[in-house]
Amino acid sequence: MKIPIIIDGRLVQVDQGTMIISAAKNAGIFIPTLCYHEALKPYGSCRLCIVEVIQNKQRRLVTSCNFPAEAGMEVFTDTTRVREIRKKIIELLLARCSEVPIVQTLAKRTGIETSGFKKRETKECILCGLCVRFCEEVVGVSAIGLSNRGTEREVSTPFKAPSDICIGCGSCTYICPTGCIEMVPDEKTPGMHSMKMGSPSLEPCPNDYKCEACDIEQQFVEEMKGAIIQFRSKFRKATEL
Amino acid sequence: MERIRNISDLERIREQILKKRESEKIVLRTCISTGCRAQKSLKVVSALGSAIEEQGLQDTVKIRKTGCHGFCEMGPIMVVEPENIFYRKVRPEDVNEIISQLTEGGIVERLLWKDPVTKEHITSERELPIYKRQKKKVTYRSGRIDPADIEDYIAANGYSALGKALTFMSPAEVIGTVIASGLRGRGGGGFPAGVKWKMCSEAPSDIRYIIANGDEGDPGAFMDRSLMEGDPHSIIEGMIIGAYAIGARQGFIYVREEYPIAIEHLSIAIRQAEEYGILGNNILGSGCEFNIKIHRGAGAFVCGEETALIISIEGRSGTPRSRPPYPAIEGLWGKPTVINNVETFANIPLIISKGAEAYASVGTERSKGTKVFSLVGKVMNTGLIEVEMGTTLREIIFDIGGGIRKCKLFKAVQTGGPSGGCIPITKIDMPVDYDSLREAGAIMGSGGMIVMDGTSCMVDVARYFINFLMYESCGKCVPCREGLKQMHHILENICEGHGEEDDIKTLIELGQFMMTSSLCGLGSTAPNPVLSTIRHFRSEYESHIYDKKCFAGVCKNLFEYVIDAELCNGCALCRLKCPEGAISGKKKKPHSIDSSKCIKCGICFNSCKQEAILVR
Amino acid sequence: MDIQVIDSILEKYEYRHSDIIGIMQEVQHIENFLPEEALRYISRRMEISLTRIFDIVTFYKAFSLKPRGRHIIKICCGTTCHLGGAVQNLEQINRTLNIKDGGTTDDRMFSLETVNCLGACALAPVVVVGDEYYEAVNAGKIEKILSSYPQEEEK
Repeated sequence: MKIPIIIDGRLVQVDQGTMIISAAKNAGIFIPTLCYHEALKPYGSCRLCIVEVIQNKQRRLVTSCNFPAEAGMEVFTDTTRVREIRKKIIELLLARCSEVPIVQTLAKRTGIETSGFKKRETKECILCGLCVRFCEEVVGVSAIGLSNRGTEREVSTPFKAPSDICIGCGSCTYICPTGCIEMVPDEKTPGMHSMKMGSPSLEPCPNDYKCEACDIEQQFVEEMKGAIIQFRSKFRKATEL
Repeated sequence: MERIRNISDLERIREQILKKRESEKIVLRTCISTGCRAQKSLKVVSALGSAIEEQGLQDTVKIRKTGCHGFCEMGPIMVVEPENIFYRKVRPEDVNEIISQLTEGGIVERLLWKDPVTKEHITSERELPIYKRQKKKVTYRSGRIDPADIEDYIAANGYSALGKALTFMSPAEVIGTVIASGLRGRGGGGFPAGVKWKMCSEAPSDIRYIIANGDEGDPGAFMDRSLMEGDPHSIIEGMIIGAYAIGARQGFIYVREEYPIAIEHLSIAIRQAEEYGILGNNILGSGCEFNIKIHRGAGAFVCGEETALIISIEGRSGTPRSRPPYPAIEGLWGKPTVINNVETFANIPLIISKGAEAYASVGTERSKGTKVFSLVGKVMNTGLIEVEMGTTLREIIFDIGGGIRKCKLFKAVQTGGPSGGCIPITKIDMPVDYDSLREAGAIMGSGGMIVMDGTSCMVDVARYFINFLMYESCGKCVPCREGLKQMHHILENICEGHGEEDDIKTLIELGQFMMTSSLCGLGSTAPNPVLSTIRHFRSEYESHIYDKKCFAGVCKNLFEYVIDAELCNGCALCRLKCPEGAISGKKKKPHSIDSSKCIKCGICFNSCKQEAILVR
Repeated sequence: MDIQVIDSILEKYEYRHSDIIGIMQEVQHIENFLPEEALRYISRRMEISLTRIFDIVTFYKAFSLKPRGRHIIKICCGTTCHLGGAVQNLEQINRTLNIKDGGTTDDRMFSLETVNCLGACALAPVVVVGDEYYEAVNAGKIEKILSSYPQEEEK
């Protein structure tokens, strides 16, 4: 069922229940995000996709990745308030991940030279959770996960030991926006690769993150699909025995 | 013990219990809850038992082990009924004298509470200033009944509200009554409980859940601890009524693991309720089926947030999720779930028995009923107090609390825990209700009220809360995790003497950003302590930043301990206690502190009987 | 690690995934901490990913992956205790036992933990050692409290 909503002054017809971020994309309006992916359940951790929404005469700030569109809703993706919030988020991320290329790119695009915040770190991971969620929800292996809490929260394998269950599909490496996960040869299973957190070199994206038109991207996706299919067929054989 | 099959069984059994107790002549209500137990009240109970047996008084004197009386500082507490004699700080050695006075109709005067100002001994519990002005409704039974004996609860009219609801009211009528009562959630949010129940009951599903939040993470708050330990059945009764109203068959009580006695008493209460047929199938003949499970917390403050609590019960790490969807529509395992604080549930039997109108006649226009607060810190009388909503801060702190200790001056009261704020003396006459507190930059929260005097540094208070929240944050969203990290860094610098010009502005902007962008209530209310202390105590921040001075004597780099030569009598107590040997002086002559060796541990400051050590 | 004891705990909870936290609490109670091999065993037996278990055990502060001392010292760092001087108490224990928060003494006698509010605020500042509560503790009383322990017989 299609319902009408207004995004940035434009009337758009969307399917009932579509998240605002998808509805906007279909209308050609790009809302920035670091933790959203169509194949995964919405997570809401980066907060970059925050927009202003008027619904039932109430105006509020919501994350567009997990807020469903309802008939008569009015959405504003680029108000002063929204821009200020995005700026602060990127500033905070820049203070945490000052060397990470995608964060630097986002900062440049938002007009931020350096972070105004004084505590500076050079972490590689932005804690978007994409790797963990993809491994759990799509690949179904849960080889990589989150641990600790608060400012110590981090992505790692259990006990930070090399994983026994990683199938080497490369999904985490592919989906990671910063490039801080790499595939390494697996000592226990020759011919297999498993993932490792913390890449020593974070190469900036050669195609400025325009993934849809990128060859490297296409090749990676094919390799990843192949590895998942291989793993699943092995697993199916094992359960059938 | 027999199963209670319907409301007339309940009445009959109540009559039987009351009749059995007619022969009780003297009852010693002795507290065995956390506060008194910490002060060895179990040894007192054991000594009492032996003394009573030795003197053959088992038929006339009964010991009733009760839950929290709320006046924990005076523990171990014992109240002698029917005379209502209040004994405080009872030790096992006092037992023999107490018993002999009982039989002679006398009193042990040295165990009575003494008013520190008038020096008058008060005999009767109900005359104590801390109790006199309270309006004990939810906390009435705690301290009077044995929480491990369901018969005490039934004798005190317990479960009659349940009987009324299940026998004479429809689920819709129950919800309507709760809405009409105006009851707002007692956990902190203040959302109308009845409205939440209605939303949940209308959400399409054949499975629904009810959860009682007993996580009480706010440091300085122990109302829920006291309620769960002292009157667990009131929570259970409220939950069963709620389950009936919304159509839930399974309930959970989430208790923080730092409350082992609460867990124990709740477990016993649930087991006894099951034995008596109050929990299980066909409750009181209504056809209603309901069971309760206890879920222990594991050391995470964030699990007091409803979505994190739900995820914790599902067996995962307690990271909150965005809302919508709200738990009332999509909660535990995706099913409609009502989550309310244990104190909210404890109000339900009162509302059903007395009716919505009677309940709503207490309190203010938009904050109905009574609220239990933990009044702690620098007041004379610390403990739990239950007052009508709308009572002023002045009445609470000065009339009930007895004013500030050691004749110091009131500086601020912190309400609402880490999500709340500090209120200064200028607002001392404000009514305590949900909306007034919010306007003052604080919140009601779960009910913690921490009173501060001149020895508390407001910048340190802000730093303390941000530290706490940084440690407790789940770490999922950027505004909270990174925002708290930056706030912590700035506040630590200020307290160490490295504050900079822009710091206050940065804190305000960062705070406002976190309020609008965080994923859950922890992050969005985290700036409150900082913003409220900047609002009401800005000059203190400025002294720290520009003058590098902490006048409260808390931030170590920003003050010194100095001995006033005129006040010092040379007793040498400080010199002997100083762990660093930083104090020197001859006997009976004024001493002095070598500030290069002083580590500001505070031992001397707290030991000096002449109050000769000053903060400079 | 006693496999039979762990199995009996798993059976008691009927291998229910949602009870994993309760299960780990009981195992820790028996073993004094949560050994890695116990967690790997639980992961296999319950068919819960080790990743999820590791997330839980590091998220909730009630769990310890390292062996703890015979006497666990808990310093309440609730607001009232903080204002009453909990920090000074913590520092005094740091100095006296030479351990930090989360640490254990070399002779495995004492472990130190800070907890957020035990609900005994009227007795602030509170320090708990094992099951014993100590009220109105100040830095001066710490030595006395700690020295009452080594005298105990090994149990």
